[in-house]
Amino acid sequence: MIAEIGHFAVILALIASLIGATFPHVGIARNDDRLMILGGRMAYVQFVCMIVAFGALMYSYVISDFSVLNVATNSHSAKPLLYKIAGTWGNHEGSLLLWALMLSLFAAAVALRGKRLPLRFQSRAIAVQNLLGFGFLLFIVATSNPFERLDPVAIEGNGLNPLLQDPGLIFHPPMLYLGYVGLSAAFSFAVAALIEGEVSPAWARWVRPWTLAAWVLLTGGIALGSWWAYYELGWGGWWFWDPVENASFMPWLAATALLHSAIVVEKRDALKSWTILLAIIAFSLSLLGTFIVRSGVVVSVHAFASDPTRGIFILGFLAFVIGGSLALYAWRAPSLVPGGLFGMVSRESALVLNNILLSTFAGVVLVGTLYPLVLEAFDGSQISVGPPFFEFAAAVLMSPLVIALGFGPLLAWKRGNLSRAARILLPAFLAAVLGGIALTLSAGTGVVMTAFGFALALYLAVSVLLEIAGRIQLFKAPGKAFGRLRSLPRASWGMAFAHFGLAIVILGMTVSEAFTDETLTVLRPGEGAEVGDYVFTLKSVEGTTGPNYTAVRGTLDVTENGRLITVLTPEDRVYTNPVTNTTEASITPLFSGDLYAVIGESAGGGAWSMRLYFKPMISGLWVGSIMMMLGGLLSLSDRRLRIGSPEGRKKHASVKTAGGDQATKQPSSDTAAASAKVETPA
Amino acid sequence: MAKSGMKTRKKQRLLVMITGIVVLFAAVFLVLFAMGKDSLSLFLQPSGVQERQMEPGRHFRLGGLVAMESYSKAEDGLTHQFTVTDCVVDVPVVFKGLLPDLFREGQGIVSEGALNEDGVFVATTVLAKHDENYAPPGTMPTNTDACVHPGG
Repeated sequence: MIAEIGHFAVILALIASLIGATFPHVGIARNDDRLMILGGRMAYVQFVCMIVAFGALMYSYVISDFSVLNVATNSHSAKPLLYKIAGTWGNHEGSLLLWALMLSLFAAAVALRGKRLPLRFQSRAIAVQNLLGFGFLLFIVATSNPFERLDPVAIEGNGLNPLLQDPGLIFHPPMLYLGYVGLSAAFSFAVAALIEGEVSPAWARWVRPWTLAAWVLLTGGIALGSWWAYYELGWGGWWFWDPVENASFMPWLAATALLHSAIVVEKRDALKSWTILLAIIAFSLSLLGTFIVRSGVVVSVHAFASDPTRGIFILGFLAFVIGGSLALYAWRAPSLVPGGLFGMVSRESALVLNNILLSTFAGVVLVGTLYPLVLEAFDGSQISVGPPFFEFAAAVLMSPLVIALGFGPLLAWKRGNLSRAARILLPAFLAAVLGGIALTLSAGTGVVMTAFGFALALYLAVSVLLEIAGRIQLFKAPGKAFGRLRSLPRASWGMAFAHFGLAIVILGMTVSEAFTDETLTVLRPGEGAEVGDYVFTLKSVEGTTGPNYTAVRGTLDVTENGRLITVLTPEDRVYTNPVTNTTEASITPLFSGDLYAVIGESAGGGAWSMRLYFKPMISGLWVGSIMMMLGGLLSLSDRRLRIGSPEGRKKHASVKTAGGDQATKQPSSDTAAASAKVETPA
Repeated sequence: MAKSGMKTRKKQRLLVMITGIVVLFAAVFLVLFAMGKDSLSLFLQPSGVQERQMEPGRHFRLGGLVAMESYSKAEDGLTHQFTVTDCVVDVPVVFKGLLPDLFREGQGIVSEGALNEDGVFVATTVLAKHDENYAPPGTMPTNTDACVHPGG
């Protein structure tokens, strides 16, 4: 009964989304407010229906209702409750239902928050959002019904892949999906702006919070996934350039670019057409990611069971959304009025460079991910593009980005002064060069790339601090510096946090990649192995049991210079339903790095194969990611974004110029024209 | 001023275009440069290895089933020997390290490495890939008729 209610709710949501996707356009054509408002209403209806549907599926999982095919295939009555709940989205149908739920959540949120927007624009945006919802719901109803009944009823379920029975499953997919789907808001706003033929600074101000929220969630989702892989897969890797990882990384790159180009639209009324395109691309990449994961076209650890009809459906939907929006772009974008001008050296140019590099990188990742598909289609041979390609591209494209990142915030809008910025950054360059040299000297030969990465991270970190110091005039007027620090807008803090977080991530990446100590060995209880400066001694190996598994657990003492640092207890678990075993690595994070131990199989005679690591500074990855997310949240909480209305904006815009930003004030006809355009309310 | 403004706008657009094109070309060059080196590895089943006459030392990925009763472990407790098969051709594999959790005889695996002079595939990594239905994509033999898959 519950499953039928869920199924019914999905169909209801489908109908609501179709009404919500079409009627607002009719309303605009007829100038009928009631029809326009209907879009928002339908978004609410859709959201409520999806909560009911998802709740119904979750309930079926919790009570282990094996008359539902999806539950019987993917769950088991002996599974801990938490994983019964999380198991709802640990499979194809459930994860799609989650996608659709998130999509309807964003549609409803746009409807709720969008009350401040002009009605026409708001209804267009919500209609687009509803259309996306319609596509996904149709996909669910037509090919992936999670509520399908099983007859005869299964007595017991197949169980959930033990690799997925981990707290990672509870947070990683929902967060990533929220991020993916969050980009739909930017997409809808872009399409609405194209239909309406108008992009104003106010538009950027509406889009930016959505993009920022999506970006924070994407960052969190990717970092969580990477962390999960790091501790769960048991070989200490955290990023494999797997197609599915790439699928989440591409939208992140595009969202990062969009975040920055939207600033230019908001502040300077320039780059409008490009920003619209970027908003379309960012969401398209999310959809493409879904296609890659769901269709099984690529060989990947994440692949769910592939089903050709699903692949074709998503491909069709993809073609419709991406093709349609790009066609609309080609048709309407030329009619957008170009906005403010800027000089070669300016904040705008720095942000343009940021955009070029980020989108090129996204393009390269896309080529690397899809190349195997193309090649297989043409000559039938299967290949895979490995990490060296992506790593090389990352080094080549991201290094200039990081260098430019130091300069960007120091340049003024419209026309900046490069040599002045370079003078300010001098200490950062010094720190980088000294750090790089020190690292090379202490580590010996063959670490050119590592020294370079290390230097980049130092440079970036110091330049962020210098920028803040400059802003609060720490060196010019130290007396009032603290007060100025406190009154810095949250957006500035956000930027500083995010950029500093990036520096920490780069530091963690480079150092852990280059200086990891790894030992593969066979130990008997009482024997020890040296890993870097640490000695891992196997104390004992014994059997243990968990709720739905039995395990072999090793106990290792880790000492440094005879002093006990920590006790590690890696496990090799055998899950009962289905019978599968997984290794549970044991990790102790220290300030200097992570101690990491994995127990393998018995090597006979009481000896066990073990893999032991010391991974220096790897925590930088997660700490840096958290800082980046914090930066995003701080920026999101900035008053200026919350106000978000065109009336408020004008006042703030004038405050902004008065506030300085060291703009070289050269009243020319260009500036006058540009500002006149800014003053015109949208 | 207005006229020069027009010029600047055009110049600016041109500059952005040129930068974009240069970066794009650099990217394409990068792709071409990287392709064909280590970063590109063929994915082959044992039959493919025989067909293509893979020379020793050439890096590729080998996918297939671990042949039944082919697995043995060397005395050091860390070196594993087994045969990967697509039921037509067998390729002997050695691997030093910890095998993945889902490694079993009869189970599909994907491993990376190269053949040595003796025609033994020396694996650097072994992945027991799997989807939710425990059938690793790309590891099932293409000619299943030749195969009596264990347990099915």
